[in-house]
Amino acid sequence: MKATQENTVSTDIPKKIRITGAEAIMLSLIEEGINTIFGYPGGAIMPAYDALMNYPDQLRHILTRHEQGAIHAAQGYARVTGKVGVCMATSGPGATNLITGIADALIDSTPIVCITGQVAAGLLGTDAFQETDVIGISMPVTKWNYLVTKPSEIPEIMAQAFYIARSGRPGPVLIDIAKNAQFGELDFVYRKCSKIRSYVPKPRINIECIKQAADLINDASKPYILVGQGVILGEAEKEFTDFVEKTGIPVAWTLLGASVLPKDHPLNVGMLGMHGNFSTNLKTNECDLLIGIGMRFDDRVTGDVKKYAKQARIIHLEIDKAEINKVVKADIAVHGDVKETLPVLTGLVKKRTHTSWINEFKELDKIELEKVIQKDLHPDKPGLTMGEVLNIINEKTGGDAIAVTDVGQHQMVASRYFHFKNRRSFVTSGGLGTMGFGLPAAHGAKIGAPDKQVILFVGDGGLQMTIQELGTINQTQAAVKIVLLNNKYLGMVRQWQQMFFGRRYSETFLLNPDFIKVAEGFGIKGQKVLERPQLADAVQEMLDYKGPYLLEVSIEKEDNVFPMVPTGASVSDVILEPKI
Amino acid sequence: MAINRKLNGNNGDGKQTFTISAFSENHIGLLNRITIIFTRRLVNIESLTVSGSAIPGIHKFTIVVHDTPEKVEKVVGQIEKLVEVLRAFSHTEDEVIHQEIALYKVPTKALVEGNKVEETIRSHHARILEVSREYTVIELTGHKEETQALFDELNNYGLLQFTRSGRIAITRSSKELFSSYMQDAGENTVEYT
Repeated sequence: MKATQENTVSTDIPKKIRITGAEAIMLSLIEEGINTIFGYPGGAIMPAYDALMNYPDQLRHILTRHEQGAIHAAQGYARVTGKVGVCMATSGPGATNLITGIADALIDSTPIVCITGQVAAGLLGTDAFQETDVIGISMPVTKWNYLVTKPSEIPEIMAQAFYIARSGRPGPVLIDIAKNAQFGELDFVYRKCSKIRSYVPKPRINIECIKQAADLINDASKPYILVGQGVILGEAEKEFTDFVEKTGIPVAWTLLGASVLPKDHPLNVGMLGMHGNFSTNLKTNECDLLIGIGMRFDDRVTGDVKKYAKQARIIHLEIDKAEINKVVKADIAVHGDVKETLPVLTGLVKKRTHTSWINEFKELDKIELEKVIQKDLHPDKPGLTMGEVLNIINEKTGGDAIAVTDVGQHQMVASRYFHFKNRRSFVTSGGLGTMGFGLPAAHGAKIGAPDKQVILFVGDGGLQMTIQELGTINQTQAAVKIVLLNNKYLGMVRQWQQMFFGRRYSETFLLNPDFIKVAEGFGIKGQKVLERPQLADAVQEMLDYKGPYLLEVSIEKEDNVFPMVPTGASVSDVILEPKI
Repeated sequence: MAINRKLNGNNGDGKQTFTISAFSENHIGLLNRITIIFTRRLVNIESLTVSGSAIPGIHKFTIVVHDTPEKVEKVVGQIEKLVEVLRAFSHTEDEVIHQEIALYKVPTKALVEGNKVEETIRSHHARILEVSREYTVIELTGHKEETQALFDELNNYGLLQFTRSGRIAITRSSKELFSSYMQDAGENTVEYT
């Protein structure tokens, strides 16, 4: 097979070769520049797994311990590399186990191609063994999906799958391939997809809208930029930085917009949202111009939309037309790819500074520092806080690491305090809030960025949702550094119970295993920190260790996350401490 | 889909009747993709018609809904976002000319016994498609109110069967919005390098 594969190297006139559908899947992946697959074999995908063995040098397969582990790893990989994450699973339960990750990838715009085996075409609809309608099940959570029943369809459908997954607003694509299509033969020739007429990934730029936006920006006295992941996905960090540095406008970021601008950039005023910063939330209702760039006004960002930025004019730069006016009505919508629209806008705006406006943020920052941050990072009580763990890790990594999180309190603490300075250095499950995302995503991130220190922040609840992936990590020996912030509770739910349900802690206490022993059982070294004096050395030991490592830190139970915009409240009602 | 529901205009709840037309590639499963968008937002589909359009290979969905303009606009945006949908539009009642077709089966005996039948059929501009010893099939095209009016009259003769189609519609604007789009889109469904 090595010989045939050389024939597929792109030349002006691609040669046709006679191969099986299963081989065609592998060659299509190679043609698309894929070298890593996360997956799990099973009956209906066996021909593809058999073909995989012919390409050990081109295709690295990582055998996860559960299909959910495969898709989250592919997501973590895609998020740090910007490449399409690929995962492979069998029919029935294999395919349904991917669904949570697919939904996560859709809402967080992550480019993923899932290849699932399906029963032979002749058996479709007969309730065959491990048959499930994965096309039907995945329809609401994929950008596109397709059932392949003939081997001849494979190259063109694979080409479309990658084109759709990575272009425009990226997203997950699922290709379900019947077993007969994997076994059957075809004349293989690969050509990348360049256009689908019903699909317009890059809208044509309307210069008039950009001019109107520039006029509003030039006239504004308190302009305010909200940036989201769109800038990262569009690889427009430089274009964005040029724009903000010329206009001098303060920038707040959404959870997924973390790392667009380095944390210490003078125009970076902090994070938005329910557990964002104090100033960033309050100033939303005081600015005179709000500029949303590559973000979608999620409800965790806006709070009560009826009381959101009503005083301000709104400009929205967005590639996905369906997001414009979806939540917040834009006065000027700049529909397009920010990589193209931002430089045009930068060319039309005046060079300005907004010193006194930015100082208003800084005044509020002082309040937050005193009431929240100081207590989080330098607690005077004996119990350890999540914030101080972040603080030590920041000191020791110098902001050069990639942070991956699970979902919950630790996620908010990590997003608030992690000192990112590089692009694509913060990976988290934003829109879907998928507990169990962290461990496999961190593994995928480490596979994608082997030269970076990849640090997972995870809670005791979320870790146990996908803890089997410790087995995968042991097998690859990817040096993921797992920081388990253990408060023995489902902390975020517990915090809400404390604040909004009269401290009625319904089903949030966890009787946990000995995590260090569990890790040891999986062949992973670990250490548990119970008291403050141990912490710094333990962190250093973890960072210095060559392989994967679990650092468990015992966290104070009532270490809560503030500031907070309570659900349904206005961003102006952000609170700094619990009202007892 | 209560038959007596009046579909005209705004009833004071901010909702009004819209005709959504979507043009798509003729692919398996697209109907499902489109209806999911309505289901998720709790928008009831009053009627739905799917058929080939004037352009070979392009299917047209005509969907009637009764909801607020804001919600309909968002639904249309989500339909158009589907990879295989070329364009989607929404139209208010005064922007479209529309028809539905209804078929009525009545006992022939009931027809021949009375002398009202001819008057009924004439006054509604209906026509007879088939007569047998047992039954007669009558057809009427028109707005829902019109096919409903005939339904109410024929029901007095012991209606055996009744069926009504979804709406079909064309726009009043002289320019066909979709055909100009297709000139840009090109003839190939998918292109490869």
